[in-house]
Amino acid sequence: MSWRLPAGRTLVLALPFAWLGLFFLFPFLIVARIALSEAALGIPPYAPLLRRDEQGTLAIVLNLGAFALLVEDSFYLDAYLRSLRVASLSALLCLLAGYPMAYAIARAPERRRNLLLLLVVLPFWTSFLLRVMAWIGLLADNGVVNNILLGLGLVTEPLRLLYTETALYLGIVYCYLPFMVLPLYANLVKLDPALLEAASDLGARPWRAFLAVTLPLSLPGILAGFMLVFIPAVGEFVIPELLGGPDAQLIGRVLWTEFFQNRDWPMASALAVVLLLLLVLPIAWFQHLQGRAGGGR
Amino acid sequence: MSQHAPAFARRVLGAFAAAVIATAATAAISQTLNVYNWNDYIDPAVIERFQRETGIAVRYDVFESLETLEAKLLAGRSGYDIVVPTNEPTFSRLIRAGALQPLDRAKIPNWGNLDRTLMQRLDRSDEGNRHGVIYLWGTIGLGLNPARIREVAPDAPLDSWDLLFKPEHASRIARCGITMMDSAIDVIPTVLHYLGLDPNSTAEADLRKVEQTLMAIRPHIRTFSTGGAIEQLATGQSCLAFAYSGDAIQAADRAQEAGQGVEVKYVAPREGAQLWFDVLAIPKDAPNAEAAHRFIDFLLQPEVIAAVTNHVAYPNAVPASKPMIEPDILADRNVYPAEQDFARFFTIGAVPQAAERARSRMWARFKAGR
Repeated sequence: MSWRLPAGRTLVLALPFAWLGLFFLFPFLIVARIALSEAALGIPPYAPLLRRDEQGTLAIVLNLGAFALLVEDSFYLDAYLRSLRVASLSALLCLLAGYPMAYAIARAPERRRNLLLLLVVLPFWTSFLLRVMAWIGLLADNGVVNNILLGLGLVTEPLRLLYTETALYLGIVYCYLPFMVLPLYANLVKLDPALLEAASDLGARPWRAFLAVTLPLSLPGILAGFMLVFIPAVGEFVIPELLGGPDAQLIGRVLWTEFFQNRDWPMASALAVVLLLLLVLPIAWFQHLQGRAGGGR
Repeated sequence: MSQHAPAFARRVLGAFAAAVIATAATAAISQTLNVYNWNDYIDPAVIERFQRETGIAVRYDVFESLETLEAKLLAGRSGYDIVVPTNEPTFSRLIRAGALQPLDRAKIPNWGNLDRTLMQRLDRSDEGNRHGVIYLWGTIGLGLNPARIREVAPDAPLDSWDLLFKPEHASRIARCGITMMDSAIDVIPTVLHYLGLDPNSTAEADLRKVEQTLMAIRPHIRTFSTGGAIEQLATGQSCLAFAYSGDAIQAADRAQEAGQGVEVKYVAPREGAQLWFDVLAIPKDAPNAEAAHRFIDFLLQPEVIAAVTNHVAYPNAVPASKPMIEPDILADRNVYPAEQDFARFFTIGAVPQAAERARSRMWARFKAGR
């Protein structure tokens, strides 16, 4: 039998797979195992799957109670749907705000682009928490916005801005906007200006050229940006907690309640497993689209 | 300054030594005590004095909800030597989960300083007082701004839960802001008691009555807060808050310091208020239980615990500390209730998990307002 060294290609591929296995699949299996166990009072607060009964027989006890409750109680479904709605609307708003930005940066003179990109990324140099807290200072009843409005005499009583759905969307769009702008920019900057010149030579007005040439060609960038905003926004916990109203019962909060307040780790884990499945589907769909786009070239 | 520098050096060195290796039991300087306490809940000078007197470096960590504390301890190997859970539901549940170790009274000579009657009240959560001693205690009532409530609701009773739970009063007070404590475990027993029901009741019908009472005032609640009641009362953002006694009193102090003319008061309403105890306890797997016992004994000295009470405005359970407590704190019957006040206070017990889920589900509906 002769040994052959694995080809360089295999080695290179093995590394990300090992990474995924170690930091994604393994933790996921731990969570899935807890989801299938039974809540109990103790350290840790759930019963082991593998148990020995009185006769000493080893038995695996799977408890599907958490998943059953998830389906039975509309409370959880509502929270999932609300989270998906908030995440998709946020991603859409990010797209509307981010596309013109990315477009302008991509069309800016080359020496200025780096500076403009730097400005987009600059807020990341401050702590995420601090940036969200800053919105509290802006939106509070006696905050900056209300003081200006009151000072100008535009309103007589402070507007309710903080702890509303508006504040929630503002916070998410503000925090996730760079994730939309960067992939869009990366895509738009590669766009060959000759294509637009050709469109114009063929008689297309700028708007028509944009719709017929730029927009379709930037679709991969749009999808990438949308996913980068949508996926973390679904499970977002901090922004709804700090800026959203008490009715913003998103899945992140529901999961927190199950884990911390009810100390029901199996239930919390079941919620996390289902959330992951909900997120894997759109990614798989995105990969599929990407693959098609790549194949067509 | 000269006192601070070595203490700081010790703390850094101690932390460093503990992080690198735990073999250095030889030198006193390498001993570390890991404390996990509520935020804003001690006089920093007390910790410094403990470090100075014992040579044990203190690593002080804070939590702001019982849920966080409990989750850390139940996950195991939290690394803390001292934790400060509230008697119900957390302390009693941690005992049942086997997460706390029994205290060795021989190592706590100052145990005798504790108020017997108060410790007896804790017996319901911890039979025989085996697992903890009272650190500070208080009641749950209303923090309010009398002047502003008078403006919007002149005839509302300022010493009654009616102020919050009767829609006719709440609807008017809503104009200057009502803050609800975002804590099902604190609010639900109080509403049960207000309705004349057993505060520990888990009956579905009773919970429905609580829900009706809360839903009726839901439109009038401006914010739900966990730790924000102090700030909202002190800045005048709200004029009525469901609050812990000490928080409301701290808000009063801060409002006075700010000098904006905001006056805040705490009331333990006449219908009755929930009495709670925060307990010093040692986790079963504490790395340095020896130092933890010393810390508990240290805190039970009258002059030490008096300094804590003076700093945080919560009463303690060491009667001998009273002469050293600032007169205005001691004289405030809302902080230090008189003997006859205890008659209307109530304590709560543990609730089974199914009932807790029903409670937290109801709470979610209440918060969402639907």
